[in-house]
Amino acid sequence: MASSCLTKTKHNIIISIFKSISISKSKSSFTNRTSTSTNSLSSPVPKYAAYSKTNRTIGFNRCYEQAYFSRRLHSTVSVSNDVAQLVVEPPSQQFLDFPGGKVNFTRKLMFTSNSTAERVHCYRVLDDNGQPFNDSESLKISKELAVKMYTNMVTLEVMDTVFYESQRQGRISFYATTTGEEAINIASAAALNNNDFVFPQYREPGVLLWRGFTLQEFANQLFGNKFEYGKGRQMPIHYGSRKHSYFTVASTVATQIPHAVGAAYSLKMEKQDSCVITYFGDGGTSTADFHAAMNFAAVTEVPVIFFCRNNGWAISTPVHEQFRSDGVVVKGKAYGVPSIRIDGNDALAIYNAVHEARKMAIKEQTPVLIEALTYRAGHHTTSDDSTRYRSIDEIEKWRGDQSPIKRFRKWIENEGWWNDVAESEYRSSIRKQVAQAIQVAERIEKPPVADMFNDVYDVPPRNLNEQEVFVRKTVTKHRRDYPSDVPL
Amino acid sequence: MSHCIASPLQTPVAGDRKIVTFGSNMLGIVRQSVNGARSLSSQGFGDYMMRLRPVASAMRRYSSATKEMTVRDALNSALDEEMAADPNVFVMGEEVGEYQGAYKITKGLLDKYGPERVLDTPITEAGFAGIGVGAAYHGLRPVIEFMTFNFSMQAIDHVINSAAKSNYMSAGQINVPIVFRGPNGPAAGVGAQHSQCYGAWYGSVPGLKVLVPYSSEDARGLLKAAIRDPDPVVFLENELLYGESFPVSAEALDSSFCLPIGKAKIEREGKDVTITAFSKMVGYALKAAEILEKDGINAEVINLRSIRPLDRATINASVRKTNRLVTVEEGFPQHGIGAEICASVVEDSFGYLDAPVERIAGADVPTPYAANLERMAFPQIEDIVRAAKRACYRSAVPLAATA
Repeated sequence: MASSCLTKTKHNIIISIFKSISISKSKSSFTNRTSTSTNSLSSPVPKYAAYSKTNRTIGFNRCYEQAYFSRRLHSTVSVSNDVAQLVVEPPSQQFLDFPGGKVNFTRKLMFTSNSTAERVHCYRVLDDNGQPFNDSESLKISKELAVKMYTNMVTLEVMDTVFYESQRQGRISFYATTTGEEAINIASAAALNNNDFVFPQYREPGVLLWRGFTLQEFANQLFGNKFEYGKGRQMPIHYGSRKHSYFTVASTVATQIPHAVGAAYSLKMEKQDSCVITYFGDGGTSTADFHAAMNFAAVTEVPVIFFCRNNGWAISTPVHEQFRSDGVVVKGKAYGVPSIRIDGNDALAIYNAVHEARKMAIKEQTPVLIEALTYRAGHHTTSDDSTRYRSIDEIEKWRGDQSPIKRFRKWIENEGWWNDVAESEYRSSIRKQVAQAIQVAERIEKPPVADMFNDVYDVPPRNLNEQEVFVRKTVTKHRRDYPSDVPL
Repeated sequence: MSHCIASPLQTPVAGDRKIVTFGSNMLGIVRQSVNGARSLSSQGFGDYMMRLRPVASAMRRYSSATKEMTVRDALNSALDEEMAADPNVFVMGEEVGEYQGAYKITKGLLDKYGPERVLDTPITEAGFAGIGVGAAYHGLRPVIEFMTFNFSMQAIDHVINSAAKSNYMSAGQINVPIVFRGPNGPAAGVGAQHSQCYGAWYGSVPGLKVLVPYSSEDARGLLKAAIRDPDPVVFLENELLYGESFPVSAEALDSSFCLPIGKAKIEREGKDVTITAFSKMVGYALKAAEILEKDGINAEVINLRSIRPLDRATINASVRKTNRLVTVEEGFPQHGIGAEICASVVEDSFGYLDAPVERIAGADVPTPYAANLERMAFPQIEDIVRAAKRACYRSAVPLAATA
């Protein structure tokens, strides 16, 4: 960045650039708090000085290519090409101290382009054949961890298939698969601590799975029976579990993003060694909530990881119709949030990125944005038939060798930790377990009538108590008119 | 902080320089009533609470035991005490910190508690409401200020879908001890987009509690109760009441003082007609009651204090005593608070009604700006008097629908 503003061949003003800028109203000379630094996409996270009410410092280096009319007392004559003459001018008169920091001027009338020549690069560890590159930056993963990650991914895939089929059979009303995003689900969860609070969208049940949610617990929620933690109040796939630090899924898109920032603010006030992570899709980044949350997180400096699953589709809206920016990663820069783009089908890349992001978020108390490029290989939900708006070839391609499970499997088999026999045994075992869980869940009673009236408030108000008594009386009196599997 | 007696109804906020005065020479008897209990009147004219005109000579007539406090100071002191008592309580909103609050309700809190607990936010109601809800999910107790509740419409998804319904939808795993507060309803000359009353909107949502304080005692007691409550509370204040002074008892000044949520207060007892009101309209109803007294109509004035839960028991008991009902509100008439009260009374006390219920509400128009038009768009004391007379069959004029 520095080069374009500072070349002597152009008749630009050459001014030494100061990193920290005071936004107080004083017109005193600059403070030299830190040394200069460049600001580019590949630079490390800029260090933010500690918050100070009167002297908030901004660790940025900006070089805007805009035309400004000089508002200084000097006429434009003083804006000279002669460096030597400028050097003798007192520093405080060399450029204006706008609110928000000092800015270099330029005399070129030039707009930033609506697109960059090259898109932001994507971090990956394993190649298409599941082999690590020679110079991949990656942590070493133990066999236990790798096998656990892989088996969880397989469980997620099998669970999705069987539950999806059960919806098609009419046994549950609704389901949404995570097909193609198993690595995102499992590898990101693996890189977190179990008590890092998770604010999911709805395509992240794998995080719960990793943390120990059982197949039976999943099935109970889908069938809305009396053992499910939601007391039968929500649609299928709206899992939630306080003990797993996994906030209940809500259908409202992207509302979880500002919630995550608020929870991270609470963590920051408690000074805990944990962070918050929130997941959302490419479609969710269009919402006002995404914008407000990112902005807020940057301003309040809270330990939150924004994990965007850019899977190419928001139901039938492809990303080209969702935004015209270079994906989501560049939006982090706009808000002042350190960001990275990663290969969302590469489990090791995800693991490394989340691991590092977590460290950064907690140590530096900063938000971090991760954009994971992946593909939604399944339909949006059971209410969708995606072949209506995209080609079957495209879907098949991403279910093929690009599938995160296949790529990771190649890697662990290459390490000697897995083989075909283990694969088929594991898959059939899981399939049986899921089918068993469904059968059990189906037969369990539905939640009792009392669960319709409690939890509206902390203490049930009198009108609800009265209504409950009334409902019980009515149901008892007219038993035939009510479903037989609702216990009173 | 000092309990200063501000000049009546000054609203020192950016963009709004109006000074509005109510009536004149309104002196009255102090009512020592706390927690809904009735106390004896000190002069035998019947118990009623009246706003005092802040004139020095008037002040000396009252016993030295009672202090005067503006609603603004009442809210400020309640916030201060709750923040001191519980480190999880924090305040968030636009201009609440450095600017000392758009209406100075949060004055002094930034200096006392620091920027972590008094957060100046960017301009995004949706943002900071969502963030407040997230903080509440995680165990903090945020007090979110909307500069007016008109702006809460930007954040209404978070108030309703993220706050009100969360305890239910998570089956009790996540509760939201959050308070959304700010001025509600019309002020003086602020136009259509700044004058709407949201009592009916929020009052219809299960999972929320909706409070509407009138006096300083109401403000203190209800705000403290709201902050301590584990459920989300919408706290509807009134800009014009901020500068009004009310006497407060020693008990109300205590830092553990708290009013119960869901209990209305009978501000003035009567036997001929029940007038229900909330917020600023309580003051109007009390003045109307005085005028009616001269015509021999003894009105009972109920200060609702709580829209959700609505104190149907008190309202119905009163109607069963007086047999006539007039409901007063500033909001739009259709689907309003008066409609709900009327339905409740018809359901529970139909046989006791001797006259149709009179509903006084704001005009069914976006609020006009011009002072004369604005005055016609909201209930005035005369409207309440006329309605009460109609309910008592003292008027030859047939029923009118609204103000």
